[in-house]
Amino acid sequence: MIEFLMSFWQTYNTLFYTIMVHGMLALSIYITLACGQLSLGNAAFMGIGAYTAALFTMKLNAPFGLALLAGGMLPAFVALIIGAPTLRLSGVYLAMATLGFGEVVRVVFLNISITGGSVGLNGVPPKTELWHLFLVMGVLIYFFLKLKNSRFGRAMEAIREDEVAASVMGIKTTWFKVWAFAIGAFIAGIAGGLNAHFTFFLSPREYGFDFAVDILTFAILGGTGTFWGPLVGSTILTIMPEMLRFIGPYRLALNGLILVLVVIYLPNGIITVKKKD
Amino acid sequence: MLQLENIIKDFGGLRVLDSLSLQVEEGLIFGLIGPNGAGKTTLFNIISGLSRPTNGQVIFNGTDITHFSPSSIAARGMGRTFQNIRIFKELSLLENVLAGMHCLYTYSPVAMLLNLPIQRQEEKVMREKAMEILDIFHLTGKAQRQAESLSYGEQRKLELARALATSPKLILVDEPAAGMNPSETEELMGEIVQINNRGYTICLIEHDMKFVMGLCQQVAVLNFGKLIALGTPEQVKCNPLVIEAYLGKDAC
Ligand SMILES: Nc1ncnc2c1ncn2[C@@H]1O[C@H](COP(=O)(O)OP(=O)(O)OP(=O)(O)O)[C@@H](O)[C@H]1O
Ligand SMILES: [Mg+2]
Repeated sequence: MIEFLMSFWQTYNTLFYTIMVHGMLALSIYITLACGQLSLGNAAFMGIGAYTAALFTMKLNAPFGLALLAGGMLPAFVALIIGAPTLRLSGVYLAMATLGFGEVVRVVFLNISITGGSVGLNGVPPKTELWHLFLVMGVLIYFFLKLKNSRFGRAMEAIREDEVAASVMGIKTTWFKVWAFAIGAFIAGIAGGLNAHFTFFLSPREYGFDFAVDILTFAILGGTGTFWGPLVGSTILTIMPEMLRFIGPYRLALNGLILVLVVIYLPNGIITVKKKD
Repeated sequence: MLQLENIIKDFGGLRVLDSLSLQVEEGLIFGLIGPNGAGKTTLFNIISGLSRPTNGQVIFNGTDITHFSPSSIAARGMGRTFQNIRIFKELSLLENVLAGMHCLYTYSPVAMLLNLPIQRQEEKVMREKAMEILDIFHLTGKAQRQAESLSYGEQRKLELARALATSPKLILVDEPAAGMNPSETEELMGEIVQINNRGYTICLIEHDMKFVMGLCQQVAVLNFGKLIALGTPEQVKCNPLVIEAYLGKDAC
């Protein structure tokens, strides 16, 4: 039995690590969606976090905790700079700005020498342990639980529902949107740092537009009414391709089909919150 | 309390408000009437900061708020409702009202994270207050329901309750009785009097003349963005300009 568990873990521990990291990324986009804003920059924020944390441990020999913190802070800071002007406006400006931003980040990673250019960074020390993932995920769940029933969570819901109405309630809409965006970037950066320290290798190609859309899909599939939705969505979307491995070459097609069916039959996502009516 | 000085608003080449000056005294129920397209809603948008005047000033309790943001105007004590209802549909009635109380809360994000007593205390007090406000509109029984499930008339009342929750000194109400049946309208009149008796100043736009004439101590009439009459309901009703532009002969 123990042997079986050991070998199971040997085979699937990477999958489990990936589920946790994807869960964090799903939460990172959820917090902007909770203010009615669409960010397509979270893959890029993850990338900035990954490179920053990796460079801190590799070049500066910094303790892992400090490296992770730096990997969260830099993307959050960048998000404040992008968010402050674009989030003054309502509508799709953030989506457009972050779309462009993701491309800029990719090109920068490809062309500066400290990130290893197109080759990427090799030999990131394996420092991420299981309890790190549990700790970070635990803190995030705690944060979102507290946010949910607080005045801040309610203000965000109000902004998502109707920004104009929220503003005449005295809610500082820009302030909330910018902070939500920055906190999302912070979470994505931490996820990037954790990911970098178990995959060993960083490539600029991992943080492009495709992955930004994957992150969005995690949240949309799971449902954005509560933060549990994105967590469920990211878990399913990470496990499903593995479960479908046995059917061989058509697995990606089946994967896609399942997604389409979910979107058709559960347009609000898998997890929906329904109040009495 | 509220002073408008020479407000001009142009949309492209169209002058929607033309050198409008007005004053709303504290404690009143003040009516703003006029034909469709006269510029009434546009004026509310300017007062509440959602739109900027081309020229002129809005003075609220002695402060020039012309260029303030909607949220800081609200925080200074101005609440409003919208002609096309803008409640938070997916939230419960209670959550709608609590969202309206945003500025009355004082606890910080740290208090939220650590679940400090100040947070629990405040949330409890606010919930009680919110229920009291819902009670004015006979909505306490539905506090946990989703706002979307309310009837049209109830949604208008909920929006008024939410505006009241901001603890405003002045409430701007845009066509509160629109879409209501006569008995709902009657009920609403009683509720507005009740709010006014509690010390809230109210400025309302309405096309239902029984409603306006029955409630307002003072009425202003707009036509093509110009103030054409101002006075008590009786004075305004029989003003020849108002008869011609809006009310017709039978009103007097
Ligand atoms: N954003 C805008 N852009 C261009 N024109 C506008 C805009 N908003 C309002 N208008 C025009 O300004 C005029 C006044 O509109 P407003 O909504 O203030 O009228 P109102 O007095 O509230 O009418 P109603 O009784 O029908 O609600 C109308 O002619 C309208 O078409
Ligand atoms: Mg109007």
